Amino acid sequence: MTEQERINFKAKKFLVLLFVIASFMLFAGLTSGFIVYTGGSVDRGLKIILPQAFKLSTLLIVLSSITMHMAYLSAKRLQLNQQKMYLLLTMGLGIGFFVLQLSAWQTLIGQGIYFVNPNASQSFIYVFTGAHLVHVFAGLMMVLAAWLGGVKNIPQANNLFRLETASIFWHFIDILWIYLYVFLLLNQ
Amino acid sequence: MASTAHDTAVHHDDHGHHHETFLTKYVFSQDHKMIAKQFLITGIIMGVIAMFLSVLFRLQLGWPDKSFPILETFLGKWAEGGRIKPDFYLALVTIHGTMMVFFVLTAGLSGTFSNLLIPLQLGARDMASPFINMLSYWFFFLACVIMMGSFFVESGPASAGWTVYPPLSALPKAISGSGLGMTLWLMSMVLFVASSLMGALNYISTVLNMRTKGMSLWRMPLTIWAFFLTAITGVLSFPVLVAAVVLLIFDRSFGTSFYLSDIVMQGQVLPNQGGSPILWQHLFWFLGHPEVYIVLMPALGITSEVIATNSRKPIFGYHAMVYSLIGITVLSFIVWGHHMFLTGMNPFLGGVFMITTLIIAVPSAVKTFNYLATLWRGNIRFTPAMLFAIGLVSFFISGGLTGIFLGNAALDINLHDTYFVVAHFHLVMGSAAIFGMLCGVYHWFPKMFRREMDERLGYLHFWITFICAYLVFFPMHFMGLDGVPRRYYAFTEFEFMKEWLTVNVFITWAAIVASLAQLAFLYNFFHSIFYGKKTTQNPWNSNTLEWTTPVEHLHGNWPGEIPTVYRWPYDYSKPGHNEDFIPQTTPFSETMSSNVAHDFEGNAEAELLQAEYAAKGTKKSVVAAKPVAKAAAKTAKKPAAKKKTTPTKKA
Repeated sequence: MTEQERINFKAKKFLVLLFVIASFMLFAGLTSGFIVYTGGSVDRGLKIILPQAFKLSTLLIVLSSITMHMAYLSAKRLQLNQQKMYLLLTMGLGIGFFVLQLSAWQTLIGQGIYFVNPNASQSFIYVFTGAHLVHVFAGLMMVLAAWLGGVKNIPQANNLFRLETASIFWHFIDILWIYLYVFLLLNQ
Repeated sequence: MASTAHDTAVHHDDHGHHHETFLTKYVFSQDHKMIAKQFLITGIIMGVIAMFLSVLFRLQLGWPDKSFPILETFLGKWAEGGRIKPDFYLALVTIHGTMMVFFVLTAGLSGTFSNLLIPLQLGARDMASPFINMLSYWFFFLACVIMMGSFFVESGPASAGWTVYPPLSALPKAISGSGLGMTLWLMSMVLFVASSLMGALNYISTVLNMRTKGMSLWRMPLTIWAFFLTAITGVLSFPVLVAAVVLLIFDRSFGTSFYLSDIVMQGQVLPNQGGSPILWQHLFWFLGHPEVYIVLMPALGITSEVIATNSRKPIFGYHAMVYSLIGITVLSFIVWGHHMFLTGMNPFLGGVFMITTLIIAVPSAVKTFNYLATLWRGNIRFTPAMLFAIGLVSFFISGGLTGIFLGNAALDINLHDTYFVVAHFHLVMGSAAIFGMLCGVYHWFPKMFRREMDERLGYLHFWITFICAYLVFFPMHFMGLDGVPRRYYAFTEFEFMKEWLTVNVFITWAAIVASLAQLAFLYNFFHSIFYGKKTTQNPWNSNTLEWTTPVEHLHGNWPGEIPTVYRWPYDYSKPGHNEDFIPQTTPFSETMSSNVAHDFEGNAEAELLQAEYAAKGTKKSVVAAKPVAKAAAKTAKKPAAKKKTTPTKKA
């Protein structure tokens, strides 16, 4: 790899980090909005017990972070088959997370806690999880791209680049969910 | 992902011989210089449209009872009987504000000059991701098309003001502009935010990762510092606008109640309960206030560069300039409440926002005084760019002073939502940032288009615009002090406002003359692209790296290796040197006659060489007997008299 290419990869990896910061600001904005809104009146606030599915989904996404890291380590060691396997596992866990979040929505609806709600604090649960799921979808696409790179056996420098960017983003999604979940728990 | 990997592969070291088609060179270009030009020309077109909108509503304000049949010819039902309708008047001010703030002064300004100058002044082949850079332009283009498209829907464009406060923006049936026009406004803004985020991420990554050898952060020109900090401000604030807009879309289209409560419309009680319109204001102004600095900071950076170059003096207080930009960046995030003093905010909180707001006056004043100190006793060249730079300083002072009035919560209770506010921000961010942008266009036109703009037309453009801008906005202070509210459709409807009608006529005439003056600019700009005088490589005798690139544009900017940087960018009129500028690429070994102790930053070897050179200088050994360094021999032939400044200090 030439010096110029090395710099370009570094700059692009940095782009992903910056995007993570921008995304974080989106959620900082939303959660601040929640605080401002909820603080406005005693009628507002979550006033519910969060669905149990969130506990399980938290477990899944933490596990997926571990498999993502394993995939990255395999890529560094040039173990292509293991890399692909771990990436598939990550995707599987990610999809599982996605499904669990949707089932949590169903639980909420079953309890009569709708998105369209005079207590918008409760609407915020859908906004937080929904915006997070959009990020999970983007993360899944990145993991898929990394997996396809493994299947097509692209050059190692590119392969590693895809792995690194995907894992930065995937770990972010993981940490973001933990942040959101803890935030919701603290306001329960 | 696939695409980024692809452009890495394309973007290799061999530049200048890619196979280019019309489409890849002019339309879907990934070259930062071409993208800069795309941003500039789109920005100028949007600027002209937004200016035209302002003339339309000025006609209404100047002559509320008069009929202009030509308006009906062009605007149809929005100007029945030749008079602009109230709904359309609101749409005009809304879209004027939106276009000017976002499309002209954010995308047109940052998009143009960050794209052009970041790689060129830092010594990079291109941006971190040229592909994302291209996307950034096309998202912006799409945003412009959609915003313009809202003029062609039956219910007209958004009309809730550029801050789109709910409930007006959240209830599609509130007024005609709250319908499809508002939806299009929101779509356009989402695309615009995506565009500016892609741009900003690229700028930051390029500045931090792709500087050439020797270009430490403290050797970056102030333009780059300004673009860099602007991009950081954008990355931290625009996502919050997205959050606000997402909630607004849910309120509009899904029936949620984030912002809506207790509303009765046309006799009907709406089901939305429990929402808080103040929440929108918090989220919006958390972007909205930093946005003001996103608009202004690039202009300040450009001005720093142009004033130093054309005063032929080092910028006064380079470090202070950088720290004040950093100060403005940080403070810009903790002042948003000053837009909301009248929302029933806790007076203690209002006090906090007041103090943070007034503190911004400190870095702003540092910058102003540094500009003035740079001009002080400079060898000033009054190029059109320089005039616009000085114009910016003027507006920044006169508009900034009224900021101190408005930042004060007690005074703001009286001045809020009056023409005093309109006067304030049109001077301090509107006119100042536009002048910064025009200053940049005149200064870097030769770099962009390889030709020069006509100076005489430039002077004409400057003087008329400068004088008219004051004639338009200065009287508004007095209207505001008299309590005249902004956004009102007809001054004839209220007894106390009638006496201001004559002033409005005056302002409208000044605005029309100012608009006509822009024709001089437009002609000059577009004519010079094709027929201007051909330029030389470094027409302003400037120090920065962009003037070391060949006049003909290359993909990759420099043929062969990227030059190394040895010094800061402001070595103008350095005592002891035979020219009044020393480019950043000139090593100290070639300027032995002008080096000072500070230049070596503690490099002992260089200091020793300089001391030996100095010792010889005092002995008046004009011809070096034993050159200690190859470079010393080169400069030693210069007259000894010129060298007296440094040696004595050094010894």
